Amino acid sequence: MTTMALRNTATLAWRTLVQIKHNPFELFDFSVQPIMFLLLFTYVFGGAIADTPGEYLTYALPGIIVQNLLFATLNTGVGLNTDISKGVFDRLRSLPIARFSPLAGRIVADVIKQAWAIALLLGLGLALGFRIETGPAEVLAAFALLLGFAFAASWMSVLVAMLVSEPEKVQIFGFVLLFPITFVSGAFVDPDTMPDWLRAFADVNPTTVLADAARGLLSGGPVAGPVTRSLLWAAGFLLVFAPLSVRAFRRRI
Amino acid sequence: MDTTYAIHAEGLVKRFGDTTALDGVDLAVRPGTVLGLLGPNGAGKTTAVRVLATLIRPDAGHAAVGGFDVVRQPHEVRGLIGLTGQYASVDETLNGTENLLMIGRLLGLSRRAARARAAALLARFELTDAAGRAAGKYSGGMRRRLDLAASLVGDPRVLYLDEPTTGLDPRSRNEVWDIVRGLVADGTTVLLTTQYLDEADRLAGEIVVIDHGRVIATGTPAQLKARAGAQTVTVRPSDAGELGLIGEAVARVAIGPVDVTGEVVTAPVSDPGALAKLVRDLDEHGLTVAELALRSPSLDEVFLSLTGERS
Repeated sequence: MTTMALRNTATLAWRTLVQIKHNPFELFDFSVQPIMFLLLFTYVFGGAIADTPGEYLTYALPGIIVQNLLFATLNTGVGLNTDISKGVFDRLRSLPIARFSPLAGRIVADVIKQAWAIALLLGLGLALGFRIETGPAEVLAAFALLLGFAFAASWMSVLVAMLVSEPEKVQIFGFVLLFPITFVSGAFVDPDTMPDWLRAFADVNPTTVLADAARGLLSGGPVAGPVTRSLLWAAGFLLVFAPLSVRAFRRRI
Repeated sequence: MDTTYAIHAEGLVKRFGDTTALDGVDLAVRPGTVLGLLGPNGAGKTTAVRVLATLIRPDAGHAAVGGFDVVRQPHEVRGLIGLTGQYASVDETLNGTENLLMIGRLLGLSRRAARARAAALLARFELTDAAGRAAGKYSGGMRRRLDLAASLVGDPRVLYLDEPTTGLDPRSRNEVWDIVRGLVADGTTVLLTTQYLDEADRLAGEIVVIDHGRVIATGTPAQLKARAGAQTVTVRPSDAGELGLIGEAVARVAIGPVDVTGEVVTAPVSDPGALAKLVRDLDEHGLTVAELALRSPSLDEVFLSLTGERS
């Protein structure tokens, strides 16, 4: 049973990744958009916010990675909802396969896509002058933390996907929620420059926390505090949204 | 475990909120036969298929496929069935080969076996040329064929076809019908839902008519037609000027109102000698006709009379 579950999950993850081949738009989502954001932030705002674009890149790259990661979690929900509304799920569920493999396959594939986007942003950042001031262990830890966080946060979009009727609604819900969460944070600017009431929100915001942790692991600086808080946030997302999603999943399908 | 029937359902009830989609449906399908489940939109056809395909649980009643209970042994049931329909769909973002490959792999075939199976099915359904194209770019008929192919990867003993030709042009519809006939000849049991009486008439050995979640008639197409009783005589005069005279002649054998529409006279008759009488009558009056036909009621008429009775 478990071997079957793993095989089914691998097949369905493969299927999600092969979709990219036929849907260049997805490639845009996972590659062109992050690159565009990185270039825009660095060269349009960079000089105004920090002294030079290069200096700003050092601060903002981890934040841009985190922002991109959070928006990319929406793809899990959009994909699931599309499968349900188009009838692909019914076909899968009429087959003698492990019950949760359609969900697991989607999540595995999306974590792989996330890894690709993080590597892409980091690679481009390095080409533009970002310096990694720490060792390989810290870089690996940063990757693991970012991916773990993405996995945990994606359950939120899974839950939304189970509750709404169309994929577009997952997108709309996500955008409405994620714009304030990713921008009112320490991802792009130091929260100390914000009005007090906004700063209070930015300081506890998971975007800030995770961006600080990634910054610490890549550029040096405080690590223990932000990493712990990131893990707490991730655990919170997982504990709240995974059970709710699984329950909604059982009901919906 | 009763295996007299490939599909056997008793007293199926399914409610969605205030709506009762199935209100005590019984079905019995013998192995290797086609049952046509006929009904208007919203009659409960798709709900019945979804229960039998283990996609939803009935609120009451029980159903078995190949002797396995759909609620208690869903995994075993899934191993026997194939599902094609309005709702169970192929992945539009994958190409033809990838769709079939995915299902083959999910069913436990090796990579090589899954490839071979995909290629064989694509060839059988004349999709080899489109194998590399995304299914979303297929025409309606091609998509339906790919859908059918996808439901056949596992060589199902029982196949559910949920409105398999809705929205298809006549040629594609004929292709789907040929495929279904071939499958049945090979021993597959088919449950076909359709709104088209024509389709049930051509494919199904037995028809169950449902409306508002209840079975309102069961029988062979011939039995259902006999239930509606009267046959219809149709006469088209050679000379439209004689329409009135011919109408009078028809009225002498008719058992109901004579309908004169355009250049055709139709009327219900029941006496087996009515046609001969009419021909003699026409001959005596020197009336010539371009067309003279006696036919059984179409299933459409049966259907309307059955569903009309209830509402």
